[in-house]
Amino acid sequence: MNRRRKMLTGLVALLVVAAAMPHTTPFLLMLFTRILILAILAMSLDLLLGFTGIASLGHAAFLGLGAYMTAILAVRYQFGLGWDFWLVAGFGMLLGAGTAAVFAVFALRARGVYFLMITLALSQCVWGLAYRWDTLTGGDNGLNLPSRPVLGPIQLGNDTAYFYLVLAFFSASLLLLYVFVESPFGRSLVGIREHESRMRMLGYNVWLHKYIAFIVSGAFAGLAGVLWAHASSEVSPQDVTLTTSVDALLMVVLGGPGTLFGGVLGAVIVLLLREYLSTIVPWWPYVLGAMYIVAISYLPDGLLGTLRQRWRPAPVADAPSPEPLRRESNKGFNINQGGIK
Amino acid sequence: MRINWLRAAGFPAILAALTGLAAPASADDLRIGFLMPVTGPLAQIAKDSVNGFRMYLDDHKANFHGATVKLIVGDTEAKPPTAVLQAEKLIKQDQVNMLVGGVLASEGYALAPVSTREKVLYISSVAASDDLTQRDAAKYPYFVRTSWTSSQPSHPFGEWACQNGIKKVAVIAADYAFGYEVVGGFQQSFEACGGKIIQKLWPPIGTSDFSPYISSIKPDADAVFILPVGGPGPLQLPRQLQQAGIIPQKKLIGAGTSFDEFVLPQMGDEVIGGISPLQWSAALQTPEAVAFVKEYRTKYGKVPSYFSEANYTTALTIDKVMEETGGKWPGSEEFIKKLTALKIDAPRGPISFDDLRNPVQDIYIRKVEKTKLDGYPQAELWNTVIKTYPHVSQFWTYDKNQYLKQPVYSRDYPACKNCE
Repeated sequence: MNRRRKMLTGLVALLVVAAAMPHTTPFLLMLFTRILILAILAMSLDLLLGFTGIASLGHAAFLGLGAYMTAILAVRYQFGLGWDFWLVAGFGMLLGAGTAAVFAVFALRARGVYFLMITLALSQCVWGLAYRWDTLTGGDNGLNLPSRPVLGPIQLGNDTAYFYLVLAFFSASLLLLYVFVESPFGRSLVGIREHESRMRMLGYNVWLHKYIAFIVSGAFAGLAGVLWAHASSEVSPQDVTLTTSVDALLMVVLGGPGTLFGGVLGAVIVLLLREYLSTIVPWWPYVLGAMYIVAISYLPDGLLGTLRQRWRPAPVADAPSPEPLRRESNKGFNINQGGIK
Repeated sequence: MRINWLRAAGFPAILAALTGLAAPASADDLRIGFLMPVTGPLAQIAKDSVNGFRMYLDDHKANFHGATVKLIVGDTEAKPPTAVLQAEKLIKQDQVNMLVGGVLASEGYALAPVSTREKVLYISSVAASDDLTQRDAAKYPYFVRTSWTSSQPSHPFGEWACQNGIKKVAVIAADYAFGYEVVGGFQQSFEACGGKIIQKLWPPIGTSDFSPYISSIKPDADAVFILPVGGPGPLQLPRQLQQAGIIPQKKLIGAGTSFDEFVLPQMGDEVIGGISPLQWSAALQTPEAVAFVKEYRTKYGKVPSYFSEANYTTALTIDKVMEETGGKWPGSEEFIKKLTALKIDAPRGPISFDDLRNPVQDIYIRKVEKTKLDGYPQAELWNTVIKTYPHVSQFWTYDKNQYLKQPVYSRDYPACKNCE
């Protein structure tokens, strides 16, 4: 019943956004298109950070790979500018998943801060490729996509049309990821986050579960990359920098890890503060900085996590809580992981 | 739960209400979208640029022959995707008549397609990427440059260096298009005249510790060509070269931006003697330049850099076109036609435009000296002009068609045949 209410509110919110956006300004429309794309990236990261309890600093790599693949196919082979765009979206997910499968082999050998560093190093390799392999990627100049895809009568060059396409991809991603984390497999990830050694004792193949979570996460980040490339019709090594990874991480932390929708909220706040506020006042970085400090000092569970705790009706005593308090889980991914093996 | 969702959905509604308050464009407005990396590693450059443009506006009470000028600044954060978003916002929401600005080559390459897509004039007041007014000029019909191509000052400088006793040069330059093009232009004319580039080192943008590069400089080089970009690099490289004993033992030469006035006042005596080419120097002694430097310094407490002059001159150029149209916006195509036909006397000197919409202008070979100038009491670092090459086009003395057949300068072109 709680689940149904959640789904219903989600659906209503999406419909409200869908109905409202074309009536706002062109800038907000473009900005929300980007927000939804980065929200997909943030949700994919939340799968690792919030649910599995492993923090990746390399998600820009998957976004970048998806974006560069889209741009290279479009610029070199005029591929993906019609109905074959759907193929490109699929390729983007496959590329993200495939790269994640390779990265995870290295990264999952480590835990905690070492995992953070390995994912960072691997994503810097992708940045190096984007920056250095200039015959393919255009180097620092980046690549300009010729145009957005045309799907029969629908010209995605129109910002409203593209917004709805992105909204559709976002809704599908939200639904799929929600089903994924609510599935028994998803619960096993939470189990790993909470107490890895116990899960191992219970007979779970912990490594494999983490591995699969990483691949699924990479797939959605790759999809975000495909959409990102067409959002500004341009890709550059800037998309693959550490800043992008950190942004994604901050969005999740700000919104509330382990809530899936927290990443969406984080994306909304970060981008609105940065891109929207920057058009109004020159001192926007201070606001963003203060926001981060306040969130980390006073809202360790993120906005959504804190609100959820506050407004949650008296905890149900029977079944073990499906959403353990974040304070414990934070401890989980710092200490438990490095603990008993 | 429900309240969170409502809040998330309420955000756009509130913001939409806020933006609705923006005043609509009136008929005799000239709306200019100004794209600059106001925050981030290039903030000082952006500040100089905005100040330069603002100064011209203030001088003319934001009135260009009847047109009230509205300047709307967009922050690109030195990131191409953000530059595109802000450009689209300026065009679609603020309905600007033109875009001005862009600093990095990558920003220029990202913004030019926007101008083509939206059929909106884009004046590059800084971004110097060669191909935008060379091999790709036909792709970007709404693109005009009031600044320079990266290799434009390098061509005469290569010849000057070779004629003035420099024989073997080691290069340390930022690893991106601007670095390749500045160095490529220098190498082409320098080697054609008999000089040798014996080494090319490419630190990434934003490098601040150059010691691995400095330690590998070949001992037989008699000059070091430097081009650091971004963050503290421009200040650090000369200092580190001095600490390593490379200068003053070897001559210090560089790109126009290496000793530009945006960092020159903060530099130490190690850069004295540094030689570089550019279309501007704050030490120019023409009446226009002296008056410009004086006014700028009084207003902003700082010697104007090339970025200040470039954007001041861009405002001047726009004003000149509006003079011809009587303050009416003629449309992008007509505006470009009128602009490229202009002959302007800017603080930097006389400017005209070639048929690929790039300025033809004087290039100055400047040497950093500590001296008193313009009646200021204290001795300061200035880029003293030691030679002027008049009316230099982006093709230098080369045949235009021949030149356009060769590839754009890159990390591998021209090949470094004297390395090793």
